[in-house]
Amino acid sequence: MSLEIRTEKNDQSVLLHIKGEVDLYSSPQLRKEMMEQIKKKAPLILINLEGVRYMDSSGVATLIEGLQHCKKYKGRFALFGLQENVKEVFALTRLDKIFEIHKDRASATNPSAV
Amino acid sequence: MESSISLHITSDPSLLSSMRTVLYKICETAGYSVSEINKIVLAVDEACANVIKHAYKNEREQPITINCSVGNGLLEIEILDNGEPVDVKKIKSRELDEIRPGGLGVYLMKSVMDTVTYNGSKQGNSLYMSKQLPKKG
Repeated sequence: MSLEIRTEKNDQSVLLHIKGEVDLYSSPQLRKEMMEQIKKKAPLILINLEGVRYMDSSGVATLIEGLQHCKKYKGRFALFGLQENVKEVFALTRLDKIFEIHKDRASATNPSAV
Repeated sequence: MESSISLHITSDPSLLSSMRTVLYKICETAGYSVSEINKIVLAVDEACANVIKHAYKNEREQPITINCSVGNGLLEIEILDNGEPVDVKKIKSRELDEIRPGGLGVYLMKSVMDTVTYNGSKQGNSLYMSKQLPKKG
């Protein structure tokens, strides 16, 4: 099944709303959309995973790639809205220590205010 | 008593979602918690993704068989393919402190399942995984 990806942009940030299952089949679609935005070097890239009910290692690998590209130009890359099973994948791979992971959009946008 | 089911899919990544749905039901019937089911489904999905990527080099019409059996205190899963023998060194799990895309699938399989054994030959590859069934009561 393909993903539904909706993009919200302003001068400071890009927010990608992802819906569906991120696996070997659909992760190239996520990569394409995400890298298109990262190329524009937005200071903040936010990934909303509230609608993601499954993610495998290809999805995680795609997000690692995004994080690394974002770091190269000193941008911020943050995830929010992870469902329990998706959180578990990040915990199993200990990537929850590497990514900036927030509960919701407000805390992801402005972590110091929470 | 042992019960078993075999799934036959082609190496098309779009079929992985259907495979996961069936496997979820099998694990649910076997009595695992939702958290355990999600992890087992992830491990098998990673194994099938490795078959598609490494044994079949992303060809989409090659056969994959997933044999599942439940009984004798174990969930056993065997994944068979006719692809090229895989160089295990190339797909071995990576160190977790090495932050790079890729190499996580094997690590996930090994951390979720009790046993993971790979056998490759010119006739094809087989990956055996097992996990203890949850204790009743």
